[in-house]
Amino acid sequence: MTTRSARRHALPLALGGAAMLLALTACSSSDDTSSDPPGRSAASTATSSTSASPKVSGSVTVFAAASLKESFSTLGKQFETAYPGTKVTFSFGGSDTLAASITAGAPADVFAAASPTTMKTVTDAGDGQGEPSTFVRNQLEIATPPGNPQHIATLKDLTRSGLKVALCAKTVPCGSAAQKALTAGGISLTPVSYEQDVKSALTKVELKEVDAAVVYRTDVKAAGGKVDGVQFPESAGAVNAYPIVALKDAPNPAAAQAFIALVKSAEGQKVLTEAGFLNP
Amino acid sequence: MSTSLTKDEGLDARLVLDRGTFTLDVELTVRPGEVLALLGPNGAGKTTALRALAGLAPLTGGHLRLDGETLEDPALRRRTAPEGRPVGVVFQDYLLFPHLTALENVAFGPRCHGMPRAAARELAAGLLDRMGLADHAGAKPRRLSGGQAQRVALARALATGPRLLLLDEPLAALDARARLDVRAELRRHLAAFEAVAVLVTHDPLDAMVLADRLVVVEQGRVVQEGTPAEIARRPRTDYIARLVGLNLYRGDAAGHTVRVAPGLGLTTTETLDGPAFVAFPPSSVTLHRERPDSSARNAWPAEVTGMESHGDQLRVALTGSGPAAGLPLAADLTPVAVAELLLAPGVQVWASVKAAQTHSYPA
Amino acid sequence: MTDDTTTAAAGFLDAPGNRQRRARTGGRVPVALVLPALIGLAFLLLPLVALLIRAPWRSLPDQLAGAAVWQALRLSLQTATLATAASLLFGVPLAWLLARTEFPGRRLVRALVTLPLVLPPVVGGVALLLALGRNGVVGRWLDTAFGITLPFTTSGVVVAETFVAMPFLVITVEGTLRAADARYEEAAATLGASRFTAFRRVTLPMIAPGVAAGAVLAWARALGEFGATITFAGSFPGRTQTMPLAVYLALQDDPAAAVALSLVLLAVSLAVLAGLRERWTGAL
Repeated sequence: MTTRSARRHALPLALGGAAMLLALTACSSSDDTSSDPPGRSAASTATSSTSASPKVSGSVTVFAAASLKESFSTLGKQFETAYPGTKVTFSFGGSDTLAASITAGAPADVFAAASPTTMKTVTDAGDGQGEPSTFVRNQLEIATPPGNPQHIATLKDLTRSGLKVALCAKTVPCGSAAQKALTAGGISLTPVSYEQDVKSALTKVELKEVDAAVVYRTDVKAAGGKVDGVQFPESAGAVNAYPIVALKDAPNPAAAQAFIALVKSAEGQKVLTEAGFLNP
Repeated sequence: MSTSLTKDEGLDARLVLDRGTFTLDVELTVRPGEVLALLGPNGAGKTTALRALAGLAPLTGGHLRLDGETLEDPALRRRTAPEGRPVGVVFQDYLLFPHLTALENVAFGPRCHGMPRAAARELAAGLLDRMGLADHAGAKPRRLSGGQAQRVALARALATGPRLLLLDEPLAALDARARLDVRAELRRHLAAFEAVAVLVTHDPLDAMVLADRLVVVEQGRVVQEGTPAEIARRPRTDYIARLVGLNLYRGDAAGHTVRVAPGLGLTTTETLDGPAFVAFPPSSVTLHRERPDSSARNAWPAEVTGMESHGDQLRVALTGSGPAAGLPLAADLTPVAVAELLLAPGVQVWASVKAAQTHSYPA
Repeated sequence: MTDDTTTAAAGFLDAPGNRQRRARTGGRVPVALVLPALIGLAFLLLPLVALLIRAPWRSLPDQLAGAAVWQALRLSLQTATLATAASLLFGVPLAWLLARTEFPGRRLVRALVTLPLVLPPVVGGVALLLALGRNGVVGRWLDTAFGITLPFTTSGVVVAETFVAMPFLVITVEGTLRAADARYEEAAATLGASRFTAFRRVTLPMIAPGVAAGAVLAWARALGEFGATITFAGSFPGRTQTMPLAVYLALQDDPAAAVALSLVLLAVSLAVLAGLRERWTGAL
């Protein structure tokens, strides 16, 4: 918090969006995005003075798939730093629930979904501003309790009798992706539960209530040491594309575009790949 | 032999309950077949005493023995739970179980004591029949009149064959007309009851009609004990005197005179020495506009403070003045006499009572 | 006195006692009460009306043709009823304990009992996992000693629903007990009834309307339970996927199906509540 306010003071008030982002990207050499090399502020200050673009301020509301929580939160902080006076508000949740809120008129600026299908419900309803673009892709992994006590090595291992496995419900992206992978591998698997979203599937593993769950790589990463990830080849056939779009009725269109630009910038992509996402 | 037997029969209790601001400490001994009335003003601790006897309020001291069996003794850490005591209770508002019929209410106790269902119902039917309620056996309590409910409550309390029957203000919930009938009836049932009966009431008439012996309780203590006649004749507190309708003064006796106020000695027929009570009925008081002549030696000035009708008479309330300052007095006069004397609150009069109409006894 | 309070507790069931009371009050109904009352009623009914208006009536037969709907419904009714039974079995004695006895920390226990009411159900589900899950504080022992694991089973659904629903029953019954005259229990004691007999034969029949009201509340809450169930018992068709879970999952890709399922749940709940009311008014 203190570093952030300190940086705010260091930055001039009017900062250009794209230029700013370039500056950030160029300057951030550290892997740790939360700590700020002192040189960065100075560099961005230098660049910003030359930029001229629409003023970005006020609050921006981003509806994003639950799997984006960690990386987007980081990007949100960067955004607020880059554009002093802005405030990024996130609503993370199941993509479908979010899509339903948006089509029902929820006041959001940006929508980032975990599957093109869900995005389609928003664009079909005419709520998108322009074409959505894929900004990352996500791959499935098997999450197991730390140390992988059941020695799960392949997708096929999940069918072992006595093993408790949680899958996402087929109606949510991680569930349909898992189904695609299982079909691709010719594997028939009966889980103990079809979880309503990927996070609750993961929670069941963290609490050791199930022996494994098929989740996204990013979720395994985000869980830190609380779960182990097992990659499996069938996941290649079930890669999820994450589309992002600014919304037509966005209360803050300028900020919406700026945020999307940040997400798609090299800096944004760096944060996302660190979280386990694949480049589009 | 026979003395030890009588000693072990009936109720022998000293009920001590410390409730912080209020302490109850009363001793009660009642023989089998005797009906004892606990009489006292509201808040005197009568109902607490009854609850203690029933086991619903634990004693903090004293003891409770019934027919030689110790039911409760805090010092010995002995206490029989209410359900283990051979006690029957008629509660003030009867507390008949509203979801059960009259018959089921009466059969409830015997069933709890392990009596088979059919036998319990037969016993209950017999009791209700004795109470003249055979026709109402199937009625739910809310369909019964006050008097009927009272009889069902009595039948229910008697159904378990208690060695101690407790009645809490048994007539208080009834209207005046029902009260008369139920009182007479209750008297018959109590007279027929062979074990110990204790009733609690604030109504002296109920107490005197129903009980063989009265124990007057005030502020948690026994203030007087005796047969109804003794209590009515020789009240020892203002409360009892008011209940039995007597003027009562406490004073120091010397021979035929009892000094009841610094400047007033009342002449009585009895010869006494030391602390004594003087009692006389309001009807024996005569009021005068002027100081009466010497034939009535017991005369003192007083001021009228109020009047109310009392049967076909008027009861005049007065407060003594002069030598009898502050002495309260009640006098019963005919309306004619009140009119002739032009009595009204604030009027100064002279009161007199003949020595022959007073009654004095040691305090 | 007892009658009044118990019928008040059972008020929303419209017990016959209530009708008598209503008949007694007469006179003009004040606008100051009627107006907010009508607004309140409209507020409660509007979403239901909207559901009916927007329901996919034409495709409804197709939506409801699938066996999955009825499977979920049957599971919901079964688990809600079992949860209510469990709530009665444990909740009524608990209510009695809270209303009729004094013990140290009684106030605290009372507050704790109501905790599941304010706890977000999902948190409740996590708490249940931590307690009764395969690795839970008690669950671990249940597993090793008896081979019982509750998560992902129908029993787990009942456990989750009971956890969320029982407080409703306890609160209702405790209120009824407090309002009921404890002296009837004393009267029973003087007649030789043990406290348990007095409770069973006197108190329980007298507070029956309150118990019924509590049971209905608990049943309704259990029937609509979502968060704790999906967290603790997961979601598997026919085993743990109750109606609310089915509705939620249907909402993800087919809102029309979700509305159809909701209608079924509503209709069945309404039928059961109306049926119960009929039974009670007949019995009283």
